[in-house]
Amino acid sequence: MSLLPCQLDHCPVSENKKVAPEIYRMAIKAPAICALARPGQFIMLRPGRINDDPLLRRPFSIHQIESDNLVILYRVVGRGTALMAGAATGDTVDILGPLGQGFNLADKERHILVGGGMGTAPLLLLADRLKQNTELIITIGARSKNELVAIDELAETGGVPVQVATDDGSMGHHGLVTELLTPLADSPATMVYSCGPEPMMRAVARVCQDKGWDCQVSMEKEMACGIGACLGCIVPKKGLNQGYHHVCSDGPVFNAESLW
Amino acid sequence: MVEKPDLQVSLGPKLSLANPIITASGTFGYGEEFQPFVNLDTLGAIVVKGISLKPRPGNPPPRIVETACGMLNAIGLENKGIDHFLQEKIPLFTNYKCPVIVNILGDSIADYASLAARLNDTEIAAIEINISCPNVKKGGVAFGSDPKMVKEVSEAVRKKTTKPIIVKLSPNVTDITVMAKAAEAGGADVISLINTLLGMAIDPRSRRPRLANVVGGLSGPAIKPVALRMVYQVAAAVSIPVIGIGGIRSVEDVVEFMLAGASAVQIGTANLVDPAISGKMVADLTSYLQQNQITAARDLIGAVET
Repeated sequence: MSLLPCQLDHCPVSENKKVAPEIYRMAIKAPAICALARPGQFIMLRPGRINDDPLLRRPFSIHQIESDNLVILYRVVGRGTALMAGAATGDTVDILGPLGQGFNLADKERHILVGGGMGTAPLLLLADRLKQNTELIITIGARSKNELVAIDELAETGGVPVQVATDDGSMGHHGLVTELLTPLADSPATMVYSCGPEPMMRAVARVCQDKGWDCQVSMEKEMACGIGACLGCIVPKKGLNQGYHHVCSDGPVFNAESLW
Repeated sequence: MVEKPDLQVSLGPKLSLANPIITASGTFGYGEEFQPFVNLDTLGAIVVKGISLKPRPGNPPPRIVETACGMLNAIGLENKGIDHFLQEKIPLFTNYKCPVIVNILGDSIADYASLAARLNDTEIAAIEINISCPNVKKGGVAFGSDPKMVKEVSEAVRKKTTKPIIVKLSPNVTDITVMAKAAEAGGADVISLINTLLGMAIDPRSRRPRLANVVGGLSGPAIKPVALRMVYQVAAAVSIPVIGIGGIRSVEDVVEFMLAGASAVQIGTANLVDPAISGKMVADLTSYLQQNQITAARDLIGAVET
């Protein structure tokens, strides 16, 4: 199904700007990857000027494709992302991609996107690629207003208003993003696409189960290789002692019912 | 300048490689995962992911954590078992022009013997005996830290196969030359070293180990000096060829290991960072030999001047 990924070294950074506290948006010129990328897939990235430390590439979901530019959203959480935040236009990064199994763009009458925090990142390209002639609902949750990212871009790309929920009530619904889903009618036939913290996605999957909706979730784990070789990034399969899925090669997008 | 340096190296009478660059077990899948990035035909050999008699689910997550200039892993030898391997993977290897070496792991000497017997009728180039995995309760390093067991495992495999046997040693021992000599006495054709160094990382905030297995194997550039020292010691202690492993990520590293006495090297963690690196290393070695007026790669073996 998926076309072969590429290894592109020394890709120039076209833009790297802060969009929220500790959150950056990086655009990278990588035409070969842009041509192949599908929503929900990811790249492995390493700043070009480092050698042995930090050693490993970092996985990032593909946020958007803007002609030859691949866009990622990232939060500065450690040494790797701190180095990335310091990248200037024209600096280079090494990337592998597109990797993994992305979202399955289902033939349904209604599509609901549910993002949480940085999990909003892959939903922009998804909104961009979903069929325009079906009903689209976009819901995003975050702890607080200043942790909401790409809301305007999502509304513009999806052509629908974005429904927001914040834990502290600083914007939109005061509460959980799942509380925006429960009032919705069970029909028509619906596919839910979710990316965010695991407890949120589990709650989303429960709502979907109650309503008879199909649900895909995008998982995140620390990775070393990103191509299914090291077997480091695992999530347990549904049930007891059923073994593991590999997030980088079996996922990162899974049908929720294969997990929980 | 040397026009066409000779890259060929010998790992004993039954195993000759087109060049000394091999990919290490557990870092290169079954080769197929890397085909988008590297032409397998150009490599000296590949060692595929370790295989056991029965399928093994591996350890629970988290299995990996990055450390300074390296990483810890506790994968726990996840694999689908020898039946699946013979059915699904062996046919794949007929498409590869490079030799394929199969890494085997057991919970008992009988396991190793029966794995060797089942692989003996296949087209694989050699068997690498893994007696050095630090991440499993039974077998693995438990065998690799007792010279009597090292010899017995080697002998048991020797009886069941005519393939060349490589014994992969653990660095988590007091004197690795004792283990190397025991493997040689047991009938090993080649020694490979080192497997990962046992290590640990703790999250100071949660006060919990970062790996579910608590401890794991350290790999990457951080371990290179230790690996190089052990290769140097082992190469001096045995008369069979040695394969150097540990933190290799440049052609200079390859040359260092060969000077220390390695006849070939395995690239491990570097494959995870740069999946094309093994192919690049073959090309870089050619250039290195040309630029340094060295006619044959094998001239480097053990040529360190002390």
